[in-house]
Amino acid sequence: MATAKSNVAARIMISPAVLLLLAWMLIPLSMTLYFSFLSYNLLSPGMERWIGFLNYEYFLTDPAFFSALTNTLILVLGVLIVTTIGGTLLALLLDQPIWGQGIVRILVIAPFFVMPTVSALVWKNMFMNPVNGLFAYVAKSVGLPPFDFLAQAPMLSITGMVAWQWLPFATLILLTALQSLDREQLEAAEMDGAGPFSRFFHIILPHMARAITVVILIQTIFLLSTFAAILVTTNGGPGYASTNITYLVYSQSLLQFDVGGGSAGGVVAVIIANIVAIFLMRMIGKNLEA
Amino acid sequence: MGSITLSNVKKAFGDTVVIPSIDLEVNNGEFVVFVGPSGCGKSTLLRMIAGLEDTSGGTIAIDGQDVTDLSAAKRGLAMVFQSYALYPHMTVRKNIAFPLKMAGLPAVEVDKRVAAAANVLNLNDYLDRRPGQLSGGQRQRVAIGRAIVREPTAFLFDEPLSNLDAALRVNMRLEISELHQTLGTTMIYVTHDQVEAMTMADKIVVLQAGRVEQVGSPLDLYRNPRNKFVAGFIGSPKMNFIDGEEAAKENAATIGIRPEHIELSTESGRWKGTVAVSEHLGSDTFVYVNVDGVGHLTARVEGERPVSHGDTVWLSPVAGRIHRFDAQDMTL
Repeated sequence: MATAKSNVAARIMISPAVLLLLAWMLIPLSMTLYFSFLSYNLLSPGMERWIGFLNYEYFLTDPAFFSALTNTLILVLGVLIVTTIGGTLLALLLDQPIWGQGIVRILVIAPFFVMPTVSALVWKNMFMNPVNGLFAYVAKSVGLPPFDFLAQAPMLSITGMVAWQWLPFATLILLTALQSLDREQLEAAEMDGAGPFSRFFHIILPHMARAITVVILIQTIFLLSTFAAILVTTNGGPGYASTNITYLVYSQSLLQFDVGGGSAGGVVAVIIANIVAIFLMRMIGKNLEA
Repeated sequence: MGSITLSNVKKAFGDTVVIPSIDLEVNNGEFVVFVGPSGCGKSTLLRMIAGLEDTSGGTIAIDGQDVTDLSAAKRGLAMVFQSYALYPHMTVRKNIAFPLKMAGLPAVEVDKRVAAAANVLNLNDYLDRRPGQLSGGQRQRVAIGRAIVREPTAFLFDEPLSNLDAALRVNMRLEISELHQTLGTTMIYVTHDQVEAMTMADKIVVLQAGRVEQVGSPLDLYRNPRNKFVAGFIGSPKMNFIDGEEAAKENAATIGIRPEHIELSTESGRWKGTVAVSEHLGSDTFVYVNVDGVGHLTARVEGERPVSHGDTVWLSPVAGRIHRFDAQDMTL
């Protein structure tokens, strides 16, 4: 297989795909970079001009930027904590032999198949609505005033919705990891005098470390760009209380028609994502080594 | 101390009865081997003694104390698993120290015992490696190390050598036997390999379909098998069984002769046959002979015998070495 000829052939065969992917990434990226240095507003077409780093300056000094950055981190961290801990516990439960195991597992996985917009709308209108929602009904039935989730605690509510959506993903990955654990190791630990908690912390959790790392990395990538859940519930409000970086870029370029500012925001978002990625790999990347 | 008594022990999975009823006495310091074909319940029995499997009926007692409902951790036994079941994320040192850590021993004492175990098992050079970096034999030794640091009342081995290659298996067999001499602790060893059973055991328990067929010392089972099953299971190559007319001459339904108790001659003898295959091992020659009216017989003759496929040979059983069985396969 690995002769010089076959290597050359492999490179030639693979090159169209690589070139296509490269163009697909490079063209949008370079256009975004280019736009981010222009004064480019859709309301005044034909007036584009080079303004250097002014867009970046405006974006980074915008008071909304820091609240958006904080909100992004809160959302990512909150969802990660809920899904990894909740997913581990659910996986432990689902690993027990129970009657109707197949159906229960499908039910648990179901939320992942619901579109983010749909799930956010269902949460907003059927559960969290202070007049018609189920939570309001429960609160009223025990004599409490209904709580307006999306107005009073917008980040908490959105974190809850997104966590609900991602919990099945974490559960599924962690369950498969749990099932690949050699039963004899658990039995050996039992013989060695380890109780249920010792077995969990010394045997099960280290075994699942790699899967947990994968869950954290994949979820971080998707959670940094959470958008639909915010758009259909709070529109980033009240004020900037639930605006994250993605939503801020959207509002900059499509609500304020400032393509230049939006592009600068997009580049900043890419840089932030890379910083997060570097930190993550430093912290948990060693778990991925064999 | 480490005597284990099973009385009327039963095991059923739902409606499937795996072990109908077993009574067994394991004395302190004995090396007992459970041997039998796969699916005979020997591993289940071991796991019941270990406490990893519930007992459906009867009682298990260790040193006279009823432990039937005691958890595995509280029985004071140690087990070596077929897959070794080492903890892959821990170094060898931590693997061996794990049971001591779980028992809450002070660090100084843990280090002392781990060092002692590593010395006994020649693991000093590997203490900081992970199980994944070790060979099969080394992993096996770590698993044994993890078992001995606890100073258990008895060791349980569940087919510990079946994942090793043939040469290593012979070595480990010796090492385990030596370990038993050194420690003097009761050991129960499960295997399907009768050679392991014969070479290591003080006492062999032959199991079939959840029943104890016979209990005895290796040579006792070899000389006086209680029934046809034990006779066929113990000894290699397998005992020859002959029924029909030749058995009737000995007043038995079946007669059995071990291959090493057949004399082979190229001139005369009791049964005349043709050599189908001859295996030359150097020290022995195994000759597979088709005998007219009797069937296939295996003969084991010492040294190098120049017989090969198609040769006509005569076979005669050694007097007094014929085993006779009745129609119920019991020894007469």
